[in-house]
Order: sequence, then structure tokens, then C-alpha cells
Amino acid sequence: MVDKVIIADKLTKRFGDFTAVDGISFDVSQGEIFGFLGANGAGKTTAMRMLSGLSMPTSGKAMVAGYDVYKENEKIKRNIGYMSQKFSLYEDLTVRENIRFYAGIYGKSNAFIKEKTELVLKQLHLTSEADKLVKSLPLGWKQKLAFSVAIFHEPKLVFLDEPTGGVDPVTRREFWNLIYEAAAEGITVFVTTHYMDEAEYCNRVSIMVDGRIDALDTPAQLKKTFAAQSMDEVFLKLARKAVRGE
Amino acid sequence: MTTVSISNIVKRYGSKKTVTTALHGISFDVQQGELFGLIGPDGAGKTSLFRILTTLLLAEEGTATVDGFDVVKEYKEIRKRVGYMPGRFSLYQDLTVKENLDFFATIFNTTIEENYDLIKEIYQQIEPFKDRRAGKLSGGMKQKLALSCALIHRPSVLFLDEPTTGVDAVSRKEFWEMLKRLREQGITILVSTPYMDEASLCDRVALIQSGRIMQIDTPAGIVQQFGKKLLAVKSNNMLELLKILNDQEIVENAYPFGEYHHVVLKNGGEDVLRNELNRKGMLFEMEEAEANIEDCFIRLMNND
Repeated sequence: MVDKVIIADKLTKRFGDFTAVDGISFDVSQGEIFGFLGANGAGKTTAMRMLSGLSMPTSGKAMVAGYDVYKENEKIKRNIGYMSQKFSLYEDLTVRENIRFYAGIYGKSNAFIKEKTELVLKQLHLTSEADKLVKSLPLGWKQKLAFSVAIFHEPKLVFLDEPTGGVDPVTRREFWNLIYEAAAEGITVFVTTHYMDEAEYCNRVSIMVDGRIDALDTPAQLKKTFAAQSMDEVFLKLARKAVRGE
Repeated sequence: MTTVSISNIVKRYGSKKTVTTALHGISFDVQQGELFGLIGPDGAGKTSLFRILTTLLLAEEGTATVDGFDVVKEYKEIRKRVGYMPGRFSLYQDLTVKENLDFFATIFNTTIEENYDLIKEIYQQIEPFKDRRAGKLSGGMKQKLALSCALIHRPSVLFLDEPTTGVDAVSRKEFWEMLKRLREQGITILVSTPYMDEASLCDRVALIQSGRIMQIDTPAGIVQQFGKKLLAVKSNNMLELLKILNDQEIVENAYPFGEYHHVVLKNGGEDVLRNELNRKGMLFEMEEAEANIEDCFIRLMNND
């Protein structure tokens, strides 16, 4: 049996009389790259906040990394990684200090940190930059480092919120290589993006419209279902149906 | 007629010890009525260049004119004539929609009524919320208000710094349709974006990376100059396929491209590649592909 890292069942969040997330049900398997798409305001961020233990659902059920989002949200936080374009690293700490800081927060042992730091630096070709301030690195390197830091504590699941925004096309692809490697090691990747070509790199993709998941399948099957040439077309067909704004 | 003329602009930041060069001697012209795109990733120098042209920042070297006026000596004239929408939302959050628009109109000695026809199409979409504070608007509505404010004095040149960053595919399409209609009114538009697919919507584009212009042309012209045979290949094992492709002597570069991998061949040899993949027991589909701006950008970056 394949382990389910996320199981969501009619998960709902209301703010007053506004239903931000409207009874979404889906699951994500271990090692899967799961694309979480939707227009601005469709409810992606609210859904991600519930799944990462930061926001209590109004109703419905969800298990993340084996823990209940209502009762065990602190355990969820320990067992996931998170990275976004906006929040990632401390600019005025060095590369090594950033790694040390995040690994320490997750309670990793000194021996583990020491050994794995060298490994990560080597993988990213950053060994010679290890003692430089993060702010001196090009954006693309920062994003790759931020991803490695987010999975340094070997979580079951990592949430990536628009990780490649504004990054050049070569670095964007290098970033996806890192995602593939992480998935191959068994880390489940839950990723949002506005680049529709990146939707193609996911094993399965869900598309949220007005708080609901209106489509969920492999990219190939979605294109078939919606008689579309590309994921861009699938997205436009679905998102144009949205009635609510942001 | 040339509306924007840029000649050897150099911009450096930092003190003597730690100098960062943001722009390495940039030159190009933009013609009146053009929709001109500055395409490149974060950190390429797009914002620095826009700030120099809108007279908010001084260049270390080089000269530039906007609407015939020098960006240093005649900055006051330029400020009357340009509209600028910065990347970060910079309207007054605690003024209402209408108050913001009134404010900008007044600063430029005009009124909303006087230029209403220009902003009508955009402003009408947010007019039902005209008494709402700007800080309480959604991202898409903020964007429309910012564009209205940048247009209210009927500028001859409009600078839009990454108006579509972080915006979903549907809103991006709508925004570009608005730009096309503005251009029909004769306004020269310079727009920057990190999204390569938006290049094809411009009359001409400059591809910019690390403070250098890699190429300037019409989108079609850039694609024509790609100059190499490009293949699109897919299989049931994309990761393995990519490895094999990049190991081939005849392959200049291979990289993921949506559903396919794109393969740039050094000098042809499609059949050789086909045979090699067959020999490895790969199940694959291969067809010739047309390069787009992103392929060109990747190739220019790699040749650097």
C-alpha cells in the first residue's frame, strides 16, 4: 500500500460568511510531486495554511504526515518543510549559518547537522561560498539554497509556494532538478506555481476555482478531459469560470 | 520618431569596496507608440533602468532622453510627461480609490473628468468600489487603480515595472489586452516582465540578463535568429531521457520544456539521435519544434 502523506476530506474554511475553502477532498501519496494551481484568490493559500498546521479548519478532516490538523498541528509543523519566494533565508547570515539556524530549530543533532551541511554544500556547488553572506548570492542560488534548507531536516512533505517566481529560465530548470531528486528520495512535494509549463512537471495537478477543487488528475489526463493542447489552456478554461474575485 | 533613447548607461551600487554593477553600458531606442518589453529575471537590472528613465535614480555613466528631454538636466519636464507604475504597490493605502485618483490628477494639474476617456475602460472595473480604501483592495484591483493613477495626466510614455509578477494566468492575459488598447491611443509603453511568454505580446523586446542586453528585436526576429534545429521529445521516463539526451555528442543542450524536453542540435543529426534512443530501448515521440523566446533566452544565457 502506498503511504498517503496528505488526506483531506471535505476540508472547509470560512471567514465570517465568506467560504475561502469549500469542502476540498483529495490525497497525496508519498514521493509524489503534486501541483496545486488556482487563480489568485481561489483559496490556495488558505488551504495550504490549514494543511501546514497554521490555521484551524472550520469543518472537514485532514491528516498530514500522519497527524490530525486539529489536534496534532504542532507535530505537523515538525514533520513538514516550507519555502516560498517571499520568505526564505536570512540575508545577513552566511550560507552555513542559515543552514545551522534552521536545522537547529528543527532540533537536529550537531553531528547530523555537521555531516549533512557538507553534503548539501557539495550538492549545490556552494562549498566555496559557505561563509559568505546570503545577500551576496544571486537570486537563483538563494532559491536553490532555500529549498535545500527547507528539506534539510528530512521532512515527509515540503510545501513550496511559488518557489520559482522571477527566476531565470535556466535556474528555474535547475530548481526543478532539485525537486525531482527530493521526490526520488521519498519526500512529497506540494507546489504552487504561476508557470504553466511547470504544471507539466508534476505527477498530478489540482486546480482550485472559487474555493473548490474543480479538476484533479495527471497533466496528460487533464489535457484529454478538457480537450486542451496545453496546461495553460486547461487552466484558462477552468479559471475563467470563476465568479468571485480575489 | 524616437521617444526613449538610451546610450551607454552604467549603474553601480555600493561603496568602493563592494561595488555591484547593475547595468553594464546599456543602449537602445524606443519609438513613439511602441509597446516595448524588457524581458529578464529578477536582478537583471530592469528596475534600475526604469528608475533612471523616470528620473528617480542617477546613472554613473551614459545619457538618456525621454520624449526629447535629458533625464538629468531636464528631469522636471520628464516628470510631467511620464507615467510610472512601480513593481511594488505605492499608492496611499489609507486613501480611497477615488481619493487616490483625485490626488494624482491634482498633482498634475488636471482632473479625473478631463482625462476620463483614457482611463474609462480600466477605471470602470473598480469604480463600484471607489469609496473603498486602497489598502483593502484585492491584488487585481490594486493593479487597475495603480494603472489608472499612472495614466490620469495623459502621459506620453508609460513605464510599467513588472505589472504581472505574481499574477495568475487569467489576470495576466486581461492586463495585456488592456495594454494593447492603450497603445492604440498612441501612448508609448515600456513594460518589464520576468515571464518569457509575454514577450510575444510586445512590438519589440530587449532580453536582459545580469545588467547586459543580450538581444533586441521583434519577437519574431529573435526567434528567427535562434539558428539551430530544435526537437521536442517525450517518453514514459522523462528523467532518464534527459540524461541520455545530454550525453549525446551531437546535442548542444537539452532541457525540460513543459510536457516535452527540448533538444538543441549542434548541426542536425536527428536520425542519429533517433537511432541512439531506439538502441537504448527508449519508447519516445520526437518531432521538430519551433523555438520560442524562452528557448532563445536559454541559448543566449548558455553562450555567455
